[in-house]
Amino acid sequence: MKQLKFILPLAIFLALAVVLYNGLGKDPKLVPSPLIGKPAPAFQLTTLSDAGKTISPADMKGQVWLLNIWATWCTTCKAEHEILNVLAQRGGMKIVGLNYKDDRFKAQQWLRREGNPYQVNAFDQDGRVGIDWGVTGTPETFVVDKQGVIRYKKIGAITVDDARDTIIPLVKQLEAEAA
Amino acid sequence: MIPEIGHYALVLALCIAIIQATLPLIGAQRGIPSWIAVAKPAAQAQFFFTLLSFVLLTYAFVTNDFSVKYVASNSNTQLPIQYKISAVWGAHEGSLLLWVLILNAWAAAVSWFSRSVPAQMTARVLSVMGMVSIGFLLFTLITSNPFDRIFPVPMDGRDLNPLLQDFGLVIHPPMLYMGYVGFSVAFAFAIAAMLGGRLDAAWARWSRPWTQMAWVFLTIGIALGSWWAYYELGWGGWWFWDPVENASFQPWLVGTALLHSLAVTEQRGIFKAWTVLLAIFTFSLSLLGTFLVRSGVLTSVHAFASDPERGVFILMFLLVVVGGSLALFAWRGPQIKSHGKFELMSKETALLVNNILLVVAACAILLGTVYPLILDAMDLGKISVGPPYFNFVFIPLTAPLAVLAAFGVLARWRKTDFMDILKRLKLVLIAAVVLGVLWPLSVSGGVNGDLTLGAVFGGVLAAWVMLSSAYIVYDRARRKSDLLAGFRSIPLAFYGMTLAHMGIGVFIAGVTLTSLYSVEKDLRMAPGDVYETNGYQFRFVGTKGHNGPNFHADRGTVEVLKDDVVVMTLHPEKRIYTVTRMPMTEAAIDPGLFRDLYVALGEPVGQGDAWAVRIYHKPYIRWIWLGGIFMGLGGILAASDRRYRMGAKARRTAVLKAPAGGAEARA
Repeated sequence: MKQLKFILPLAIFLALAVVLYNGLGKDPKLVPSPLIGKPAPAFQLTTLSDAGKTISPADMKGQVWLLNIWATWCTTCKAEHEILNVLAQRGGMKIVGLNYKDDRFKAQQWLRREGNPYQVNAFDQDGRVGIDWGVTGTPETFVVDKQGVIRYKKIGAITVDDARDTIIPLVKQLEAEAA
Repeated sequence: MIPEIGHYALVLALCIAIIQATLPLIGAQRGIPSWIAVAKPAAQAQFFFTLLSFVLLTYAFVTNDFSVKYVASNSNTQLPIQYKISAVWGAHEGSLLLWVLILNAWAAAVSWFSRSVPAQMTARVLSVMGMVSIGFLLFTLITSNPFDRIFPVPMDGRDLNPLLQDFGLVIHPPMLYMGYVGFSVAFAFAIAAMLGGRLDAAWARWSRPWTQMAWVFLTIGIALGSWWAYYELGWGGWWFWDPVENASFQPWLVGTALLHSLAVTEQRGIFKAWTVLLAIFTFSLSLLGTFLVRSGVLTSVHAFASDPERGVFILMFLLVVVGGSLALFAWRGPQIKSHGKFELMSKETALLVNNILLVVAACAILLGTVYPLILDAMDLGKISVGPPYFNFVFIPLTAPLAVLAAFGVLARWRKTDFMDILKRLKLVLIAAVVLGVLWPLSVSGGVNGDLTLGAVFGGVLAAWVMLSSAYIVYDRARRKSDLLAGFRSIPLAFYGMTLAHMGIGVFIAGVTLTSLYSVEKDLRMAPGDVYETNGYQFRFVGTKGHNGPNFHADRGTVEVLKDDVVVMTLHPEKRIYTVTRMPMTEAAIDPGLFRDLYVALGEPVGQGDAWAVRIYHKPYIRWIWLGGIFMGLGGILAASDRRYRMGAKARRTAVLKAPAGGAEARA
């Protein structure tokens, strides 16, 4: 019994090493997000630009829209921002932002500086809504259909390939569906 | 020819390392004195050859020998001489060489300064360090040889990354490495003790000053890095929870736990297995940090995968070192005997809680640092976990540490009454609460208005740590009839600990006040425009072209007025480095003990002479680094306590003479 205690650190270390080694070779697409195919979690948050107004996913009912989670402290978001600008301006996408654990003033400044691709931004200061949506970090992007069901989720920054090959075709297809 | 000699010296160092890793160890296990005697000269010879190699690489930089690829990639004829020297460790190959050099410097130091340690023990320690050295020398020679030639020889070099052309970056990496690598000594002592089956209080006493010195270097190194980020990156932030920073912070946290647990093992002969484990853990995190920073895995996991040679080597090395030492622990651990009992309410418990909090904090940071990498490696995308996560987990874990420090210091070994301690500290607590409220008020005074809960919490915590530390010293000195004699009778180590704890308080004050009461403004300013904050008026005069040795700059002039009188003129710069075409922001800072004024140039705005100007008023920001300096000085004082310098013989007599209560006085 006493022996076991001393083998434990080695055992934990080796187990970790094996898990990591296996994980590196696995196809992550086999693990779907539990939220896909489920209704978008409801929330009611103040908007980023105006603390007097609120926004809720119900407001977007009947439209195909993207929820993009971002923050000014997130350097990856800055790289993604250009793609969002293009998606909104040239692709005509309806993007709702969820400004995550951020500072209202800094976020407004950032949008003035970097351009604003969002129709509206929900201000999730304490990250509660982020928890409902299963956010582990920023950025993340969801595609929600006309019935308010999540159809796609991307963890991490959208790449040009993601936008061209997945998001744009998916949004077109969803828009063609009946409400 | 010269670079080849440097290369050859490294190969020789490797040969010596192999001898150093094997002969003395076998000699120590079998009791062959002549093999044991090999250890010290081998360590010194290895140090000599790595130093030679390092000096020759420096020579190649100073003489602009662009036939060496590493020099051509990281230097330039126009680069000022001090940066030519610091460019030696400006990129991957050279910083590895610096790593090995410092490792061997520590080993040589062990060979010189451990006369009181039995030769067998020293031989084992040096042999373990020799093994680590083999790993890193092989890594350098196989994957990252700094002496590789390039043909055709370029006319001029590609210049050093402008971010690194700075005094802070000249001394920051060596300091940090001194710390990182210094923990290899603590690690080697732990492994050597397990090999020899001699895990006793003497072992803890031998490795304590080495651990303390490594910790001092790491503390100063981290503080320097933070200071550099503050003035050089142009954002005015001092800590970003960036993976590179976290890589140095994790060994610091576990190393701090190790310092405290070594104290228990030395004084009470318990927690031995745990201390050994911490020593292994600390050095493993240092290696992991080296892997994260040096493998390229942070810039892009995919770049790492396309050129995996280096990363895979370090990963395998990590596996061998950590796996090997944990296997040794599993084998030898059961023989470790800890005797000595303690009650739930005791100094032992307090230090155990300290250890648990520190290790959990380090694990939380490790998780936050590695998790995005794992996601990325599995192609799940790039995410930033970001400061909200780190602040969320870190502050609740470390705030109790600051609260408990005074209790831990005052507690007695074996059995103590914490209520009694609280009674003794009652007045200090009241004073801390009063000061903790008044302090933020004095800073917020009018400008930012409100006194938040966070400000009071941080203020009270900071005041508590500082006041209680001071009180404890006074309380101890008071026991002697004459106060002055009392102060003199307190051992240096105790002053060191107190100073380090006060450093924590100073640090907390700095963090709290600067993060809650800083004024940060991004403004569009045309010449003549004035902005006023905290009683200072900033008048933007304009910008002028200006040429440096290897850059062009727009040099701004901002006059700072107080009561309509110009009190200082600040010159922020926007530089373009000629060779790399990299723009750099040189902020102009007027530092002060109670506030920094910080002005940086953004970009020109619109037509005319208007610029985006960034103006910060940062109260108490210096206290963040001042805290680091206090901690470092405290560590130096503790390591230079005379009980570590006494020879083995002198110590034996001292122990005989020491009164029964001597142990507590040494805490």
